[in-house]
Amino acid sequence: MIAVWLKVDEERIVQALHEAEEKLDSVEGEVALDVSSVRRIDPGALRAIEEFADIADDKGVKVVLRGVDVGVYKVLKLVKLASRFSFVS
Amino acid sequence: MATHEVQERVHFPIVTESLSAERIADLEKLVSQARAAAAVFTQFTQEDVDRIVKPMVLAGLDHAQHLARLAVEETRLGVMEDKVIKNMVATEFVYNYIKDKPTVGIIREFPERNLVEVAEPIGVIFSITPITNPTSTVLFKCIMAIKTRNAVIFSPHPNAWRCCSEAVRIMYEAALKHGAPEGVFACLEAHTLQDNAYLMRHKDVGLIDATGGPGAVKAAYSSGKPALGVGPGNTPVYLEKTADLNTAVTDIILSKTFDNGTICASEQTAVIDDEIYDVVLKKFAELGAHICNERERELLTRTVIDPTTGLMQPTAVGQKATDIARFAGLSVRPDTKLLIAPIQGVGREHPLSAEKLFPVLAVYRAKSVDEALKVCVDVNHAGGLGHTAAIFSRNEEVIRKFGEAINAGRILVNSPGSVGAVGGVYNDLPPTFSFGCGTGGGNSTTDNVNIYHYLNIKRVARRTQAHMWFRVPNQIYFNMNAVENVRQFPSRSTIIMTNPALEKFGHVDIVRRYIPEGTHVHVSVIPDAEPEVKVVMQGVEALNFYKADQIIALGGGSVIDAAKIMKLKYESPGADLEELAAPFLDLRKRVIQYPTEKLNWARLIAISTTSGTGSEVTPFAVLTDKERGRKVTLADYSLSPDVAIVDPQFVMSMPQGLTADTGIDCLTHALEAGVSSYASAYTDSNAMQAIRMVFKYLPIAYEHPRDEEARSMMHNAACIAAMAFANASVGVNHALAHAFGARFGVAHGRANALMLPHVIAYNASVPTKFLPSPYQKGYIAHKKYATIADLLGLGGHTIDEKVKNLVAATEQLLDQLRFPRSIADLGISKEEFERAMPELTKLAFDDPSWRSNPRMPLMSELVDLFWKAYQGRGTTKAVNVPRQQTA
Repeated sequence: MIAVWLKVDEERIVQALHEAEEKLDSVEGEVALDVSSVRRIDPGALRAIEEFADIADDKGVKVVLRGVDVGVYKVLKLVKLASRFSFVS
Repeated sequence: MATHEVQERVHFPIVTESLSAERIADLEKLVSQARAAAAVFTQFTQEDVDRIVKPMVLAGLDHAQHLARLAVEETRLGVMEDKVIKNMVATEFVYNYIKDKPTVGIIREFPERNLVEVAEPIGVIFSITPITNPTSTVLFKCIMAIKTRNAVIFSPHPNAWRCCSEAVRIMYEAALKHGAPEGVFACLEAHTLQDNAYLMRHKDVGLIDATGGPGAVKAAYSSGKPALGVGPGNTPVYLEKTADLNTAVTDIILSKTFDNGTICASEQTAVIDDEIYDVVLKKFAELGAHICNERERELLTRTVIDPTTGLMQPTAVGQKATDIARFAGLSVRPDTKLLIAPIQGVGREHPLSAEKLFPVLAVYRAKSVDEALKVCVDVNHAGGLGHTAAIFSRNEEVIRKFGEAINAGRILVNSPGSVGAVGGVYNDLPPTFSFGCGTGGGNSTTDNVNIYHYLNIKRVARRTQAHMWFRVPNQIYFNMNAVENVRQFPSRSTIIMTNPALEKFGHVDIVRRYIPEGTHVHVSVIPDAEPEVKVVMQGVEALNFYKADQIIALGGGSVIDAAKIMKLKYESPGADLEELAAPFLDLRKRVIQYPTEKLNWARLIAISTTSGTGSEVTPFAVLTDKERGRKVTLADYSLSPDVAIVDPQFVMSMPQGLTADTGIDCLTHALEAGVSSYASAYTDSNAMQAIRMVFKYLPIAYEHPRDEEARSMMHNAACIAAMAFANASVGVNHALAHAFGARFGVAHGRANALMLPHVIAYNASVPTKFLPSPYQKGYIAHKKYATIADLLGLGGHTIDEKVKNLVAATEQLLDQLRFPRSIADLGISKEEFERAMPELTKLAFDDPSWRSNPRMPLMSELVDLFWKAYQGRGTTKAVNVPRQQTA
């Protein structure tokens, strides 16, 4: 299993996810995104997260989110995206 | 309500046809955007939200005239200048109402109730807006939505789409510019009823806010979604003869002509007292109203009311009075503001009594207040239930009657209907453009819809520290010759209640010795048995006859109980003993209250002559109603004696059997109070002390009846245990003993003894069912038994061992006292006991004693306990204390 670990900053969530997308081809198994510094997401970031989840699904890669703030977690639950990720503290 | 809403009243089909896939995709996209915006919005703080709201309000104010003009041009309803005012109210007044109100996080705190209210947004709101107040309603709803962190999809009335979508655009741009999430507002374009139906049922729409006609509201409520809807109006206004007529007439004209009467709260029928009727009409005429004669009324009726439906003609809605007059063929002055048509009744035969959203007002001449109120009720019921009503009066009584008679969410006093109902202008109602009409109007609320209807309000309820109590007589005298203290209580007339044996033994003479000189003393001897109603009433007669101001109850529990009830009936003759015995779960929340007003007053001094019941300090009394064949237990702290005297000289001659029975009754009181769910540190100290005294002194008092110290200590123990159970109550042991004792005629103490070891083991085990108890933190009965075992020095390392040792010690004590150790030992056959079991369990379960037991007894467990008591020994093996318990 080749796992990828990436840190995602609040200011550049969309760019970070695009960068992560590019690495998905070389990933087997899972990709871990550290979002512990993200305290809030906007609709643009939300779209990017959903797209990322779609692409990861297509490639059979499991996405693990690390350090998700509870407010952000609630947003993912409200838009029914939470079930598409694994979460670790 | 206006043109199309009026039509919807008859036709607003619930559309079930399927939409095209393309259209569904469009609608899904809208919802998806709104859902994402609402989700993102949940992260916003109060400051974030308030930072967005203010510029939105300013944008609305900036565009008030622009939007008003658009609305009038598009809908051809109402008055542009008035619509400007509406837009300004929808922004400025609403802002003024909401600006300082928290809507994020904690919104209200009630520290005294340990309650906190926390706001949770709804999410996506689907909002239907009307043709009559199109832009103002949109502005209002946008501001409310942002303030409460919700996203809204608007569905404007088709004939007001352009002005509404412009209002949405202005609000959205202002919101977005100041940080609102993208997609927070959307407005349906060229939509159909199918679109509405689809969105109303969409799983991601959290709430439907339908401000429109009854059809739209009904569709909203029928969708299965939570909905806010407004109902139709038909506002009656009563001009009572004490009214300030200048104010009344001006206000009604102002209201009825505002935006050409399109606000559904505007006055529809004015009911005017006969005495002022002519003056009022004259004033209306002076201020620009045209009073129709009979012929004009008929012409007007034909023009503005649809004869088929009895409802207003859509073409008249929001039109000027002069235009309506012209359509009807009436000749009126060009400056006419309002057309007034006298009517003689309400209903289909009087078409103008219906709702008229245009400047036509029906007037009715009432001969009396009573008639006026009835006509107003008729108007209210003719299509306006739950909406709005108004009254002009200075007579508070009439205003009160009007408020009670009329079913309206808004009852406005001395103010105009339309502008008054909107709120914030003439009164302190929340400013709104959505009038809830309650169930009368088919709505879920009677409120002026406001920000709180756009929130899920969560209540964080912290566990409260339940108030507890420790109430006992404020004077307790104890030890040998304590009876001497009787002398310190002055009295004109004292009655000594006692039983025949005590009188015979000379105990009454001892008491008499200490009653101050000059006191008239009467001795009333009552049977030595649980008091009967008849005996009590005879005692009350004696108290009345001698005008007693003091009762000395000298005896065991029966005599003292009788005296408590006599005092109650003497002081409060109206007290209904049957009613006062009503069952209750919590003494402080009981339905029945004991009387506090007293016709007479008498001090009750209780001198106990047994060492068990502790009735001298308890708030309980048992009464036997022989006629009905039942016992009645009274419980109230007002029954507690004023003075208790615990003098062992009166128990020195107690027989051995009675010593054992009453002693075990005392021990049961203490043990049950000790583990009661009502137990407190106050009751524990008494319970524990009493237990220690019983284990030490009861065997001595039993074997050596003349041992003064043992007798004294047991007498005190009974009183101390009673102070514990008077405040912590007892438990399932008493429930079992009451049932068994009553069914088989076994003395109370003896019946308690048969159950006691089994109940300790039962209560110390893991409960099958916990009993709710705000007084206790967790299940602790087993630990308390262990503490008792420690106190008695019984040994053991674990809680389990200690509980077993306590059970063994209890059994040993019962053996010492030569109690029968099983029900079988009493000579009751197994078959007889089995036959009695259904009745026993029913009686035990109905007994209030177990309500404070640490675990809730199931019926099957009561059966099990009865059988254990039947079989006797061997119960310590049944102890099953919670795991991992070490002392």
